[in-house]
Amino acid sequence: MMDMNKNSYLDNSATTPLASEVLEAMSPFFQSHYGNASSLHSAGRKAHQVVEESRNTIAGHLNIHPNEIVFTSGATEADNLALIGTALRSKNGGHLITSKIEHDAVLHSSEWLATQGYDVTFLEVDEFGRVDPDEVREAIRPDTLLVSIMAGNNEVGTIQPIREIGEICKEHEIPFHTDAVQAYGKIDLPMDVIDMLSVSAHKLHGPKGVGFLYVRKGIKLTPLLHGGGHERGRRSGTENVPGIVGLGAATQLAFEEREQVTRRMNGFREHLIEEVLKLPGTRLNGHVTESLPHIANFSFEAIEGESLIMKLDEHHIAASTGSACSSPNLEPSHVLVALGIPLSMAHGSLRISTGRQTEAPEIEALLKALPLVVKELRDMSPFKVGG
Amino acid sequence: MYTEKVIDHFREPHNRGKMDDYSAIGKVGNIVCGDVMWLYIKVDKDEAGRDIITDISWETFGCTAAIATSSMVSDLAKGKTVEEAIAVTNQDVASELGGLPPVKMHCSAMAADALNEAIHCYMVQEGKEIPEALQKRHARIEKEIAALEKRYAAFMDKGDKKKE
Repeated sequence: MMDMNKNSYLDNSATTPLASEVLEAMSPFFQSHYGNASSLHSAGRKAHQVVEESRNTIAGHLNIHPNEIVFTSGATEADNLALIGTALRSKNGGHLITSKIEHDAVLHSSEWLATQGYDVTFLEVDEFGRVDPDEVREAIRPDTLLVSIMAGNNEVGTIQPIREIGEICKEHEIPFHTDAVQAYGKIDLPMDVIDMLSVSAHKLHGPKGVGFLYVRKGIKLTPLLHGGGHERGRRSGTENVPGIVGLGAATQLAFEEREQVTRRMNGFREHLIEEVLKLPGTRLNGHVTESLPHIANFSFEAIEGESLIMKLDEHHIAASTGSACSSPNLEPSHVLVALGIPLSMAHGSLRISTGRQTEAPEIEALLKALPLVVKELRDMSPFKVGG
Repeated sequence: MYTEKVIDHFREPHNRGKMDDYSAIGKVGNIVCGDVMWLYIKVDKDEAGRDIITDISWETFGCTAAIATSSMVSDLAKGKTVEEAIAVTNQDVASELGGLPPVKMHCSAMAADALNEAIHCYMVQEGKEIPEALQKRHARIEKEIAALEKRYAAFMDKGDKKKE
């Protein structure tokens, strides 16, 4: 039986709870094995050893070489390192290609580079949020330094045609980076055409504050952090040993359970789409099938998203919105705007995202509360649905 | 980020809903964020012949702060004379709620503007002389909305235009 007071945590794209297995793997490295991985003594060697084990675990699952992994403080740093680290190798400026629906870590790094004398092309997406590989091909110039297109979108869940884009980049000998924060451990990644890939641990039941950038052998980056020359000179700073161990354990768990977890997530997603779209004045944002399994994004006519989130919170349901009112700059989500969703609908968006721990009663609690909350807010609104 | 009072008004807003026999209506929109508010007032004369806001209600499409400020402005204006209600400012609305996050202060402005517009509408209807301060605020509100509509023309769609 479901505990009526149990919370429905349906905001797993924001962050996920740490898995017990991950916590257990990490815990010795705070107080028992606290050595610095650079130290010569046995405590240091132990720390070094587990960092390398974690590196090997990840490399094994991605079928890459362990030395191609650079541990970072998370995906924001990994994205910055990929873009800015690539751009800074070119002394005379150059050109980068990305899309309008990237995570802010890629978008704002690109925008910053544009202020530093680099040219950036921000590709449009279609109504489902997909980049057209032909547009990537057309945007390539002789001075193009990098193409960066995310693997799966964090707001609407749309999966990008990264194999096609990667092949085009390979053909033109241009490095291809992908932000795989939401996709890692959930869908197949075509590593043979990906040159750089960003990952964060906390989106997959690992700890916050750790991630990695995969950098294919032969790709040169200018480091952003200078110091003791850690990570083969690519990222200085004492290794976050418990974090890296957690990242390895979370990766192991995600890949082990992938089939079973994503099957359950897909089931939740299909059920959500079917039920939510029965409510009048609703739409699905993103793609019905070409989507990550854990994200479903809806819009509700005549409803503002922040109010919706706060009303759901009263029902102990945690979700998120791309509404302008919820953002610090009062602008609607750049992703929903890029999909061409009318402003009034972008205002009433709701993102539901599940995790490995999500259970059916949490989804049912949402589906029970949603019609009530939607009606309550619509009754308050001067706009009438469909009228 | 929100005070308990804001949350209370959001959870159980006062005077919400449409009014059929209203004396005047104030329609305002905040196109910075996309919120829209309609405020209805019912004005009756008391024994002394003064214009009293005897009933007030609102419909708001907006965030937590927009709904809470709608509720609060209606509380502040209800039972007041029209002249007293003109003096209600966005600062009054915000401070009665125990403050608002800086980014949400424009919501309190929207609520005070809606009251202003409803009163302006009432006075024009009644052929009353419009106080200079009220006329000034009305001109500013009109100008802001026109400017914002122009600025966000690309984003405007049918749903948003309904407020006109």
